[in-house]
Amino acid sequence: MPVDLIKERYTTKVGEVVLGATKAEGGTRSQTITVGGDSTLPFLHFEGEVPNRPVIAMEVQNMVPEWSPEVTKNFKDVIGDPAAWAAKCVKEYGADLIYLKLNGADPERGNASPEDCAETVKKVLGAVGVPLIVVGCGVEEKDNEVLPAVAEAAAGENLLLGVAKQDNYKTLTAACMVHKHCIIAQSPIDINIAKQLNILISEMNLPISRIVIDPSVGALGYGIEYTYSIMERIRIGALTGDKMLSMPVICAIGYEAARAKEANAGIDQFPGWGELAERALLWEAMTSAAFLQAGGHIFVLRHPRSVALVKQSIGQLMIK
Amino acid sequence: MILIGERINGMFRDVGRGIGEGDKAPIHEWALRQVKAGADYLDLNVGPASENPVQAMAWLVDTVQEVTDCPLSLDSTNYDAIEAGLKRCKRPALINSVPAERAKLERVLPMAKQYRASIIGLAMDAKGIPKDADGRLALAMEILAAAMEFDIPPEDIFIDPLILPVNVGQDHGPEALETIRQVKLLSNPAPKTVVGLSNISQKCVNRPLVDRTFTAMAMACGLEAAIMNVCDDELIATVATARIILNKDIYCDSYLKVYKGRGL
Repeated sequence: MPVDLIKERYTTKVGEVVLGATKAEGGTRSQTITVGGDSTLPFLHFEGEVPNRPVIAMEVQNMVPEWSPEVTKNFKDVIGDPAAWAAKCVKEYGADLIYLKLNGADPERGNASPEDCAETVKKVLGAVGVPLIVVGCGVEEKDNEVLPAVAEAAAGENLLLGVAKQDNYKTLTAACMVHKHCIIAQSPIDINIAKQLNILISEMNLPISRIVIDPSVGALGYGIEYTYSIMERIRIGALTGDKMLSMPVICAIGYEAARAKEANAGIDQFPGWGELAERALLWEAMTSAAFLQAGGHIFVLRHPRSVALVKQSIGQLMIK
Repeated sequence: MILIGERINGMFRDVGRGIGEGDKAPIHEWALRQVKAGADYLDLNVGPASENPVQAMAWLVDTVQEVTDCPLSLDSTNYDAIEAGLKRCKRPALINSVPAERAKLERVLPMAKQYRASIIGLAMDAKGIPKDADGRLALAMEILAAAMEFDIPPEDIFIDPLILPVNVGQDHGPEALETIRQVKLLSNPAPKTVVGLSNISQKCVNRPLVDRTFTAMAMACGLEAAIMNVCDDELIATVATARIILNKDIYCDSYLKVYKGRGL
């Protein structure tokens, strides 16, 4: 018996955001990356277009991070040098983008100055040809000094800068406006705030084609389902005419997955859980797999082996 | 909600005068004001005083289309006037309206098909408006059956349950609401529903409040379209809020602003 596939027809699609700028566009990137543009739910190729594959950004910091040795052992030759570290992520591990977290600017973690941070960004830009995501250390007063300096130093490169939050978005939005960068709008697993923040940012005249939503992700076992359902609603909103939820989504997974107990506790503590090395990387990969299905566009990862796994998964999901 | 702007109607003095004297200024003004307020359709009614409704409708369509491409709702009981308008519409129009009377349906449905227009079907016939929901639904079904006969899909039919002023036809209120609810069950895909909103508050005090309250209640019953004063900010705010409560739009603190700016 022939079965008719029931297809939804949506009126609108997810907006596209272009990251990076080539020489012709005023930057120095060897290529740009476009995310978004989907006209259907994730990977339903029979129903609509998925014109751009999800991409992977590997995380680099401007300090030696206190990450699990399972991750840092892959970078031990470069971990003190963000530029070399970034280059290794691109050349050896196939990162589509670099996510540079300026954690070293934290007053309690080295207190790197805005100028130092801007210098680091320029060095990383010099070391890789891929577009760059740059986020602050999370201390708002400091980030409001650091990020404008970075925006200015990298003017023309069309960075993705973050993060803007509901109560601290003006400084970063202004910097992105003036120096022509994109912005990460972060909300605390709350779709109402996600939408409101996008409105606030676009009311400052930053076009919605330069906004990326960070819905805040929870790792597998730690609230993954909350983020999943928020991302689902964001996507359905984008497909049904809600312009203020039509931006692509970034998932900062590496940090969240690495916080899970399952990614840190040794086999001696939990003999039933199996080897830590395998478990730690799977925690990141499995969390990513779920958010691929929920509609994520940019995945921030740390572990080279999970990068390989997630890339493989994306490749399979993109087959029409 | 599909918002149909009611203001270009010869019953209003400025528009009536414009139509009578061939003065385009008030027509242009109201077309643009209603589009800016978010109208999805502009209702055009040449008014009862017009001597030559066919010519007047054609003029009105042309005049409005000089300033906007917003789809039009052609409002007349004179089907020659509607046809004259349909011929000139740049985008598929809405025919306002036809009752459940065979002769009129046979005149209107083929022309809807020819010009790809949607139709407002009135839940009344030559005997008038039924007193309850069941009577209205039977007439709605007659209209739908006729539409299918003429190969017009149900989703192009807007059933108007017909609301009466609450100060004279109070018992019709619940029946009209029940009709809106049940029209959805008549076919799959279902027809749409529409009301001429200001009718509910004719000669009442507190007209805007009556309009707003009825709008919220009718939306809860599934109402999809209304011919209304789209320039009434509070009324639009009510529509926006009802959409939030019905989970049609995602809430955010600026939801009113977002809804009002949706066409921009």
